[in-house]
Amino acid sequence: MNILAVMEQRHGQWHRMSFETLAAAQQFAAQLGGTASAAVLGRGTAPLAAELASRRLDKVYAVEHELLGEYTADGYCLALRQLIERAQPSVVLFPHTYQVRDFLPKLAARFGRVAVSDAVSHRIENGRVVLVRQLFQGKVNVDVRFLGDGPHFASLQAGAYRADQVAEGTAAVEAFAPQISPDQVRTRPQEPFRESQRAVDLGAAEIIVSVGRGIKEADNIPLIQKLADVLGAELAASRPICDAGWLPMERQVGSSGQTVTPKMYLAVGISGAIQHLVGMKGSRTIVAINKDANAPIFEVADYGIVGDLFQIVPELIEAIQKVK
Amino acid sequence: MKIVVAIKQVAVRDSQLRIAASGQWIDEADLAYEINEPDAYALEAGLQLKEAHGGEVVALSAGPSRVAQTIREALAKGADRAIHIEEDLSSADPLATCRLLAAALKAETPDLVLTGLQSDDLGYGQTGPILAELLGVPHATIIMQVEKSDSGIRVKRELEDGWFQFVDMPMPALLSIQSGFSKLRYATLMGIKKAKSKEIRRVAAADLSAAAAPTIAFDRVYLPERTKRTQLFEGSPKEAAAQLVEKLKFEARVL
Repeated sequence: MNILAVMEQRHGQWHRMSFETLAAAQQFAAQLGGTASAAVLGRGTAPLAAELASRRLDKVYAVEHELLGEYTADGYCLALRQLIERAQPSVVLFPHTYQVRDFLPKLAARFGRVAVSDAVSHRIENGRVVLVRQLFQGKVNVDVRFLGDGPHFASLQAGAYRADQVAEGTAAVEAFAPQISPDQVRTRPQEPFRESQRAVDLGAAEIIVSVGRGIKEADNIPLIQKLADVLGAELAASRPICDAGWLPMERQVGSSGQTVTPKMYLAVGISGAIQHLVGMKGSRTIVAINKDANAPIFEVADYGIVGDLFQIVPELIEAIQKVK
Repeated sequence: MKIVVAIKQVAVRDSQLRIAASGQWIDEADLAYEINEPDAYALEAGLQLKEAHGGEVVALSAGPSRVAQTIREALAKGADRAIHIEEDLSSADPLATCRLLAAALKAETPDLVLTGLQSDDLGYGQTGPILAELLGVPHATIIMQVEKSDSGIRVKRELEDGWFQFVDMPMPALLSIQSGFSKLRYATLMGIKKAKSKEIRRVAAADLSAAAAPTIAFDRVYLPERTKRTQLFEGSPKEAAAQLVEKLKFEARVL
């Protein structure tokens, strides 16, 4: 059983989740009695591949091509298909990044397989891999098993494995030059850009009060702003609130916004979809106020009140004012 | 521009979920259904493109007969006609579902196929890229904006951490639309009336000869065990708030 971790990088910088995937690949290999290898794709990948040579891996594949300099789904699928045919891994693991979401389903389909996307953990049963995924926005779990021969594919949720558990060792670096012709790459990506300089650095806030769908309408935001004010906190929000334009995008916490780890994160009317949780679950103390006792936010909360936020928040403001 | 929008019907967002006796899926009795919200944004994008460039919007959905309601709503919002693949696919894998969708699209040759980013139930987020592979067209995901260009389209993709990117691509193409693409429209009374006479082509999955052996299987569906013990405060809002503040001050020491 050989496990291949496909690392993500851009312009020579590792994506922070790449080493979580590498740690997972080493664990899968150890438990299955196989070996782990890693692949890095791009243009000028030699320094990154050399960095991986000091990890406990069988091989490090430096997948090098002029047309892999900028990410395209076509280029990545062509290169990875050839690499997988050459390396013959049983399981190929990826970090569940936006980029992986863009090409992995296509790559797996090319092999007639389904990628198990956004897995949160795994276990080995009778020498077979069982992956755990979340359904219904984290309200339900499912154990998923691969059927038939490999290669099998999975992407791993941010934070599901720990990057600091990557085992040191040695690995042989092997250059791999895939065949890609320019006409096979049908999309032309332009240079990435940011819309505006971030005015708010939520990462520096000690206390964050964050608001979600439960607030119902824009006119109710001042209530949460007042709660933030009495706590001396920054106001943040889940994605739907920023999508609706009720708060600016730079106040969004989650996979498409900022990742924060304040001393206290107070989530008001946020059910806790996976995309939100990955952005805040590292906070030291998490408080949730939500009407649904089964909301996934309570999976990560230290303290909670189940009930109507419009009744609870005014009382909370008053209680905080008393002790401050 | 001929645009096909793939839409899915899912259990309403705040449904109280129970596990089915089989342990293989959720208990569907008493559930209410609605359009998968991310797909509502794909439909909105399709309708706006048609308004800007002319053409036709075809809603495509796979699922049991109850899906007809969601299809009617799409027609009421402005889709011109619909294709309904009648098959219970609740826990089907995305490749199996996409094979059906691709087979049903064979005769359509659309310029653009649009999907939502992911479903609220299974949450694979794979329909777009898999369908693009099966249809043999280029794709892009997490799309915030679509413009026609000389050689095809220019789309704005969302990357991580607040970054964006424009991508040029030829048509035909497939796009997975980001939620929040634009404000969603409501169906008008006139739209609802018109929808009644619009065509829904019903296709049986068996007639699409798109079956293939599955490569993943659900072992067990279950409610997650709490790994973290949350201290919940009960009583009146005033009492609960007071207890919470007490804990935050003296136990968590964050006040």
